[in-house]
Amino acid sequence: MVEDGELGALGADSYTRRGHPDAQVRMSAYFQDYVTVGVFIALGAVLVAVMLGIAAVLRPNNPTRTKQLTYECGVDPVGAGWSQTYVRYYVFGLLFVVFDVEAVFVFPWAVAAERLGLFGVVAITIFMLTLIEGLAYAIKKGVLRWE
Amino acid sequence: MIADLLSNFWVLLAVKVLIVAALIPVAGLVVGFAELKLSAKMQSRVGPYFAGGRWGWAQLLADGIKFFQKEDIVPENADRPVFKIAPALVLMGAVALWVVIPWGPGLVFRDLDVGIFYALAISSISTIGVLMAGWASANKYSLIGGLRAAGQLIAYELPLVLAVVGVVIMAGTMSLEGIVRAQAGWFGEGGPGLPFVIPQFVGFVIFMIAALAELTRIPFDMPIAESELVMGYLTEYSGFRFLFFFLAEFSNMFALSAIAATAFLGGYWMPGLTESQLTFAGPLILVAKVMVLVFLMIWFRWTFPRLREDQLQTLAWKWLIPIALVNIVATGILKVVI
Repeated sequence: MVEDGELGALGADSYTRRGHPDAQVRMSAYFQDYVTVGVFIALGAVLVAVMLGIAAVLRPNNPTRTKQLTYECGVDPVGAGWSQTYVRYYVFGLLFVVFDVEAVFVFPWAVAAERLGLFGVVAITIFMLTLIEGLAYAIKKGVLRWE
Repeated sequence: MIADLLSNFWVLLAVKVLIVAALIPVAGLVVGFAELKLSAKMQSRVGPYFAGGRWGWAQLLADGIKFFQKEDIVPENADRPVFKIAPALVLMGAVALWVVIPWGPGLVFRDLDVGIFYALAISSISTIGVLMAGWASANKYSLIGGLRAAGQLIAYELPLVLAVVGVVIMAGTMSLEGIVRAQAGWFGEGGPGLPFVIPQFVGFVIFMIAALAELTRIPFDMPIAESELVMGYLTEYSGFRFLFFFLAEFSNMFALSAIAATAFLGGYWMPGLTESQLTFAGPLILVAKVMVLVFLMIWFRWTFPRLREDQLQTLAWKWLIPIALVNIVATGILKVVI
């Protein structure tokens, strides 16, 4: 473990506090997790705002009709931009939901794999086999085939 | 005095925000410059040469300043608010990824309990940003590019997530700091340790392939395939908004490599160094490992041709996901039985 030096202070609190017997200290560590993440996400927005703000002062602003036309390799755009498209990926979207939810189930087991022992492994193997079987079925049905 | 001040959560948080706000552009510049120079070497060119006097080191700084002066054009047909928010969302996902990267013992912006899971979850905010950019541009190329990006990112999100499950099983924790400790202390205190790339080599390979696809880099760059889609979902962007996508890409290259280095290569840890030495050497060791992985990514770019859209989906769904699932079961059996 790190000594409480100047460098050690950077984040060392998360170790000492998370296992703290005092519920209030634990709680504040819990909120600090969320606050840190929230602030970092906000930082992304702030970075964008600041840089665009600086750019707004420096850059010219002279919109003309030609500039604002939708780009289509130099010719005038044909039809609407949101034209009909064959979205081949929607079945993948469905498959994705199945496997993504599965990942949420697998992670708790993975953390506790050693404690759960053989029972856990057998259970997760059956779970995986079911999913692989589902994937095999989807492949056999031709979901992944491209025509 | 300084230590007292830093023990206050809010002061510390402000310092962390300043550090990360400086780190991201720096990482972007370093990775971007490495890309320019290495691309040049691999193609027997000189690459950037004049800017800054020597090696063209200031090339990307000059590019950045140039972008400040560029007009910010929003097409009149575009969905204005969505068009404007999209780059911010992409950058938010990129910044939030940095929270959990451990730079040394206790030297981490915030060591979350769900560390690695958080990192993989938060990076999908960028996916939404990309889809928004593709949709809001009201451009056919952008629309196709955005849809391709969505299809690709969800297909490779799964192998990415499933590949790290093996690491989580071995470490018994999702905290990235804990994963490094597990690797350092695999053979007990003072032992040689074991980087998880050795037992989890399959997981590492799957992770790197999926990470390349998540970054939409060649050979997985169909969403912005220049020869078919002009610039994909970026077609209508100009000026600084255009630059944000690249800043996010380079920042994500660094951050995802850092997560791969932490989960598979031992992160800031190196055998033979004590805890207090690691506090100082840790960041350097991590950066060195990250640079190796970044080099790999750039190398792949000039080695492999672009995949076709159906080959891409087949690779993910027929190969990577089943192999990752089998890898999880095998790791579980090895961990529990042996």
